[in-house]
Amino acid sequence: MRVKRSKVLTGVMVLYLLYTIVPLAWLLLSATKTQDDLLSTPGLWFGKSFAFFSNITDTLTYNDGIFLRWLGNTVLYVVVGAGGATLLATAAGYGLAKYKFAGRRAVFAVLLGAVAVPGTALAVPTFLMFSNLGLTNTVWAIIIPSLVSPFGLYLMWVYSTDAVPPELLEAARIDGAGEVRTFFTVSLRLLAPGIVTTLLFAMVSTWNNYFLPLIMLSKPNLYPLTVGLTQWSNQATGVGARPIYNLVITGSLLTIVPLVIAFLLLQRFWQSGLSAGSVK
Amino acid sequence: MAQSVAQEPAQVVSLPGTRRKRASKDGKGWLFVGPFLAVFAVTFLAPIGYAIYLSLFREQAFFGGRAFVGLSNYTEALQDPKFWEAFGRVAIFLVVQVPIMLGLALLAALAIDSARLHAAGFFRIVIFLPYAVPGVVAVLMWGYIYGDNFGLAANLNDLLGTAIKPLSSGWMLPSIANIVTWEFVGYNMLIFFSALRTVPGELYEAAAIDGANTFRTILAVKLPALRGAIVIATIFSIIGSFQLFNEPNILRTLAPNVINTYYTPNMYAYNLSFAGQQFNYSATVAIVMGIITAVIAYVVQIRGSREAL
Repeated sequence: MRVKRSKVLTGVMVLYLLYTIVPLAWLLLSATKTQDDLLSTPGLWFGKSFAFFSNITDTLTYNDGIFLRWLGNTVLYVVVGAGGATLLATAAGYGLAKYKFAGRRAVFAVLLGAVAVPGTALAVPTFLMFSNLGLTNTVWAIIIPSLVSPFGLYLMWVYSTDAVPPELLEAARIDGAGEVRTFFTVSLRLLAPGIVTTLLFAMVSTWNNYFLPLIMLSKPNLYPLTVGLTQWSNQATGVGARPIYNLVITGSLLTIVPLVIAFLLLQRFWQSGLSAGSVK
Repeated sequence: MAQSVAQEPAQVVSLPGTRRKRASKDGKGWLFVGPFLAVFAVTFLAPIGYAIYLSLFREQAFFGGRAFVGLSNYTEALQDPKFWEAFGRVAIFLVVQVPIMLGLALLAALAIDSARLHAAGFFRIVIFLPYAVPGVVAVLMWGYIYGDNFGLAANLNDLLGTAIKPLSSGWMLPSIANIVTWEFVGYNMLIFFSALRTVPGELYEAAAIDGANTFRTILAVKLPALRGAIVIATIFSIIGSFQLFNEPNILRTLAPNVINTYYTPNMYAYNLSFAGQQFNYSATVAIVMGIITAVIAYVVQIRGSREAL
């Protein structure tokens, strides 16, 4: 079935596209301005001077380079947290899809029930529990909760069901390979698009995490970028205000860039993983 | 999505001829599922249990220590005007913002899937991009854009001669709704788009042979195929609305007189515990919200999976 492309439809969609892009364009343009230009020149055009690179230098060096520290923390939380979450979700999704074992239905019921309970109900008790365990103000307070991705588990469950043919597993067993070895040598490769998708979404939720580190951490040198940036932004108000708008804006831009690059580079993988796995 | 999960175990059980072999591997499944469940128990189940425990006690102001008070924290919460004000606000938000956001996402997905759009792949990735922007950055960015200082709102007011103040009390809720919409239309669009991709081509051919036009094809073929995805997106959006925290909490520094400490139930629970040290009551508020959310999400799922759109 061949259909004609429509200029009207494309035009309407361009309007929507503008809504998506204008704020980002504003951010990009604002990152090229000095604090004075920010306050005195139009939002959607360049300022009198081009301060993009000096803004970046200032952002990275302000307060003894605390921004780089926050970036490092964020990367640590993402690598260990999202990486671990992907590993656990992949193994569990695969286990649920490929093995029939006692208690499997119970696992399903508990997962579904617990996921319906919103983070609201969990945040404060989790803080109190971790506080009693002496885990607040440590990296573990961020990493341990990041290790669980129910969405990832679900995705890998559905994905494994289709992607790994039972005959292949039988063949590996007949050849004498153990279950764990089969998983690592045979199944993992087939699961790759699903794994990339799960990893990417776990990365986003860990990179963007704000509420959890906000309540768990009070030492600025453990902050991720999100909490650090809001603290910079808060400097603009209150007693002894020292606004650093240009640094907040440039820092925000630097926070976005890695994820956007990851999504663009891995586009083909995660979109096919999502199509095959998420909705049937 | 939820439907296919529910049906999935039955498929595996009914695989012919594998029953005895699989039964002998009973324990092996736990090898894979166990680690996930162990962490899940620590980060989900234990806090839920602890919250329930906390909600049954109250700190003794004069004598010190904790006293068991049964359900009295719950009766207090249910009669707490601050709680209901916060709840009412997120309920309005839910009823207005979620349909707009999901409607836009649905239209965008249908447009991109229709093959009538120039550069469809470009639209798909750009509309999705805000999802990759951390919520905090989105709020900071929009917060500045809203502001009089150097935001676009000021530029726009100068240009049009209007005096719209997005951070004033009348505009605050729509302003927050705009940020959430901007962030999540693309994500939902992608969920819908993925579902549309799984529609078998024969269905479209059959519809074309029956003489169905574009609109009729959407109603008869595409929307039914999207039902599961719409139900899931609705449930996630309900949970998200009731949990609203980041946006109002960050905007609070820009408009402290507009956003109070109990602007949303989540902010109320947060401020009760971290500013007020009322941990037991805070846990109660959180559980009440959790129960309300779970019940509504459950009802949506039951209705959504039974009724045709």
